[in-house]
Amino acid sequence: MAIQETSKHVSIKELIEKKKQSKNKYIRSEKIVPFILLLTAIISVLTTIGIVATLLAETFTFFTHVSITEFFTSQKWYPFSETQGSFGILPLISGTLKVALIAAIVAVPIGLASAVFLSEYASDRTRRIVKPILEVLAGIPTIVYGFFALTFVTPILRDIIPALEIFNALSPGIVIGIMITPMIASLSEDAMSSVPKAMREGAYALGATKLEVAMKIVIPAAISGIIASIVLAVSRAIGETMIVAVAGGSTPNLSWDVTSSIQTMTAYIVQVSQGDAGYGTTIYYSIYAVGFTLFIFTLLMNLLAQFISKRFREEY
Amino acid sequence: MKFIDHTKVLQKMKPRLAANLVFKFVFMAATAFALLVLGILLYRVITQGIGYLDWQFLQGLPSRNPEQAGVKTALIGTIWLMGVVTPVTLLLGVGTAIYLEEYAKKNKFTSFIQVNISNLAGVPSIVFGLLGLTVFVRALSLGTSVLAAGLTMSLLVLPIIIVSAQEAIRAVPKELREASYGMGATKWQTILRVVMPAAIPGILTGGILALSRAIGETAPLVVLGLPLFLAFLPKSVFDMFTVLPMQIYNWTGRPQEEFHAVAAAGIMVLLTMLIIMNSIAVFIRNKFTRRY
Repeated sequence: MAIQETSKHVSIKELIEKKKQSKNKYIRSEKIVPFILLLTAIISVLTTIGIVATLLAETFTFFTHVSITEFFTSQKWYPFSETQGSFGILPLISGTLKVALIAAIVAVPIGLASAVFLSEYASDRTRRIVKPILEVLAGIPTIVYGFFALTFVTPILRDIIPALEIFNALSPGIVIGIMITPMIASLSEDAMSSVPKAMREGAYALGATKLEVAMKIVIPAAISGIIASIVLAVSRAIGETMIVAVAGGSTPNLSWDVTSSIQTMTAYIVQVSQGDAGYGTTIYYSIYAVGFTLFIFTLLMNLLAQFISKRFREEY
Repeated sequence: MKFIDHTKVLQKMKPRLAANLVFKFVFMAATAFALLVLGILLYRVITQGIGYLDWQFLQGLPSRNPEQAGVKTALIGTIWLMGVVTPVTLLLGVGTAIYLEEYAKKNKFTSFIQVNISNLAGVPSIVFGLLGLTVFVRALSLGTSVLAAGLTMSLLVLPIIIVSAQEAIRAVPKELREASYGMGATKWQTILRVVMPAAIPGILTGGILALSRAIGETAPLVVLGLPLFLAFLPKSVFDMFTVLPMQIYNWTGRPQEEFHAVAAAGIMVLLTMLIIMNSIAVFIRNKFTRRY
């Protein structure tokens, strides 16, 4: 009996020890896991730092080859010259803005009209069918849109405007507009849907028509979200690459002519990447300077969109 | 005393109703236009490409002759790329989401990470290409390998999966966690065995959407210097390769009409892959997502 008792006693003690040890193990993993997870979260911060550091360092090297004043004030972008290339970013910026402006002219009216239709007029069933289709439109790879611009939109436009060159600003601008339309429609619809129902019903009770409710109640109340969606979409248009690389051409020029061949900042980077510009040449570093300019453009627009949607949001 | 002039109201009513009707059709037409464009795009691609899309096209190597050109190297390359992007983004994306939702304290550092992620989502894809070119291709001298391209693409789509994983984790109700704590589970046990199983449908849906973005992107890969024309298959992640969008870009850029038709056939292969992946995502979302 006595022996049994002691053995029982020992076994409980052992159990407690065991439990303590395994608890230590748990405590250890409880301490290590958050640290590992923090490391994964820091990767995204490192990505941003990596982008900024890379662009800054290589752009700095570029400016040891080419003066900053030339970069920002020269009106010629002609880097592939045998003797002395000319690096003035203005033609590339003008090409980019031209395309983005055409895209906005196409996308803003169509996108907003779709958003009003989906949020105010469409039945629940229509909305449930149409919204995913719009999302499909947004999910199509941009190279497919580029193909569409070059082989479908450009020939049609050339029938209408005979003076149009094969590569031009108009066709990629229109197609980028089609590409960003779902973005404006979807984000603006979200903003309009979040306007409280009570406000609409108040207007209906006073005898307003649907159009009046949409124009005078819903759009003013959702305006911050709508403008933010437009700014985000234009920022997307500025950074768009494949459509302009395929259909926009590669002749940088500083003008408002939309019928002739242009080059955007993104298309220039593509052109150089495909060529044999050797590592360490001025042309190699120039893509980082152009990339940095592009990065600043889109970053400012994204920050502007965030500022608008925060600062001017109407709270209900 | 009459406050409302009924004749005037009736007079104004007609144009108001007319405007309402007219604009209803204008708005409807705008929505229909967007759908119509999608229809035309698909119709054009299918009518142009269907003649070239056959078993030989899927099996063939790239060729100067449009009749013999195929997508085998590009298709296999795309699958290799998916093989790198999937584990890397899932690991980094879900890890970040768990940290932000479950562990991070509400302080400036956390909101900095959050703002940083949403800004990263707005950076043009071509800029990620420049990052990849400097860091992976040159500094780590991975060259134009599957690994270099895969890591670049992973960083590009990371914000997408982080945001959707965060939403999925946030949607798991507090009661489930508290029940688990009440049974004596530790925090990590709760996350691993209670939160994750409940959040996995949402995470998978976001993961598939991120992956379909990665296999459709072209711009960063052009910057990395991926070959447009490649006649052999990669044997490991350190080998050179090419992907479907690059191959389509190459064919689209050629002047001959025939190659445009071949490009259309390539687009059909790419779109079919994307449709299958998106269908799986929708299926998972509808079938496994539980509402609490």
